Amino acid sequence: MNMIVCVKQVVDPETPAAAFKIDPEAKRAVASKDRPLVISPFDEQAVEAALRVKDAQGGKVTILSLGGESAKDVVKHSMAMGADAGVLLTDPAFDDSDSFATAAVLAEAIKKIGEYDIVFCGRQEADWDAGQVGSGIAELLGIPSVTPIKKIEIKDGKAVVERVVEDGYEVIEVSLPVLVTVSNELGEPRYATLKGIMAAAKKQLTTWNSQDIGAVPAKSKMLKLFIPVHEARCEFIEGETPEEAGVNLAVRLREAKLL
Amino acid sequence: MAENKGVLIVGELLDGKLASITAELLGIGRKLADDLDEGLLAVFIGNGITDVAGEAITLGADKVYVIDDPLFKDYVTDSYVGALEKLSNDQAPEILLLGQTSMGRDLAPRLAFRLGTAVTLDCVDLVLDPDTKLLQKSKPVYGGNAMAVYVGEEGRPQMATIRPKAMEPLEQDVSRKGEVIPFDPALDESAVRARVVEKVKEEVVGIKLEDADVVICGGRGIGSAEAFEQLNELAKMLNGAVGATRPPCDSGWVPAHVQVGLTGKLVSPTLYIGIALSGSSQHQAGMSGSKNIVAINKDPEANIFGIAHYGVVGDYKKLLPAFLEKCKELLSG
Repeated sequence: MNMIVCVKQVVDPETPAAAFKIDPEAKRAVASKDRPLVISPFDEQAVEAALRVKDAQGGKVTILSLGGESAKDVVKHSMAMGADAGVLLTDPAFDDSDSFATAAVLAEAIKKIGEYDIVFCGRQEADWDAGQVGSGIAELLGIPSVTPIKKIEIKDGKAVVERVVEDGYEVIEVSLPVLVTVSNELGEPRYATLKGIMAAAKKQLTTWNSQDIGAVPAKSKMLKLFIPVHEARCEFIEGETPEEAGVNLAVRLREAKLL
Repeated sequence: MAENKGVLIVGELLDGKLASITAELLGIGRKLADDLDEGLLAVFIGNGITDVAGEAITLGADKVYVIDDPLFKDYVTDSYVGALEKLSNDQAPEILLLGQTSMGRDLAPRLAFRLGTAVTLDCVDLVLDPDTKLLQKSKPVYGGNAMAVYVGEEGRPQMATIRPKAMEPLEQDVSRKGEVIPFDPALDESAVRARVVEKVKEEVVGIKLEDADVVICGGRGIGSAEAFEQLNELAKMLNGAVGATRPPCDSGWVPAHVQVGLTGKLVSPTLYIGIALSGSSQHQAGMSGSKNIVAINKDPEANIFGIAHYGVVGDYKKLLPAFLEKCKELLSG
């Protein structure tokens, strides 16, 4: 099985709301100093999904990321988890990519990597939450897609996947090659072991720029980015003891006709 | 290229009935069509579609296309994208809207790339710029920490999916007239590369989360599956449903399908009680529309207090049994 996983480096989504800052001119979030950039969590689960297929029946996992020089870190992180090779697409020409341009550039890179049976993406990136790059890559490559999934197995030359839906999941059989996007229901990704980190240092990391893969113009434009203001309105219910506070809360909610 | 005209919404059925998201799509679709001074079209795809087409007309549609064939019994990306590609090319709408549902979030991006246009998913507001006729699409980003406004400059139709419960449906008007039109996309079945082998419904005990008027949510601080029992007891007493943030779901204390948040369920009950949860943006994205928000958390700095109407700072383990007892007493009195 030849597998390619697309991963993105993002501002840490665990940044508390109070520490979350944006640059409204540049229209993007500003990473806080004490919180380094991280791999987008669903993308980390996509790496895990690929490694589980590799564990079950062998194969090669290649990591692909589009981003700044620093995105090398998330490619290395994925290789430390167990992926075999990595490709970083980095060039200022890619900076203004919207979802359409991002998918187009990634699809070209996947073609350049060559053979693939399964392409994995996270269900949506933790920064723009666009949730469309995976489907877009599949359309541009002309391969089927199933989104979002929590399990994938290969049986008789086909993929059998579990697609997460509102009231449960669907078991879907789909031909290869296929693109899937991975959801958190897959379960926790594995940790990078010390041995994995040492091994990753020896693995191949290729860098391509816009000479290798042409940049693509955007179709979409962001007019504005802002942090919505919530008016603080909380009425705090108190008590001498937690038990008393609990009783007072019930009484207050009853007064407000909410009970 | 012919000029694109009108608004097309993609309808959905839920247990054979018109889904609430579809009524919401018709509401915003009607408004945008009126702003453009053009028509509102709707389409339903499936097999054995009941009389939802007529209902869609009473909710604002001028024309309803029905694509009814055994090929569309289950939602499969290839067949539905193919059908909508044909209809969209045939009707050339200026705006195409879907719901941010299991179907819409898979279908919309693939269709947009097929049609060579831009799409914005999970929009909470759509406004037409009167001068440019560009659709300004607002959507939460950074897990709900910020809001972005997009326009699609290149490609038509302008596409978006809308978040459930973000927009209002119209009052039903049974005197409204419209046309129901069967549409045959003449799809080549061999182009469909996937099939649904099985649909597994995860069991829901009691009231469905999305429909509940009272929602009790627990977070990481609840601590165990056993401790969630108290929340179940409270929900039962208040005729509500129990939800959770992501950590209790990922830890297996509660089933994954009760997750409330950006990638889980969206709830907007009359009364929401959040217990031992911090109120991450991801969670807030799923519950901030609740009419009355109550928060119980031992950390006075927890984000949830920022949007709560009533808050108690304290250890839920001590607080909750007393609260439960008092509720029982008040409700029986």
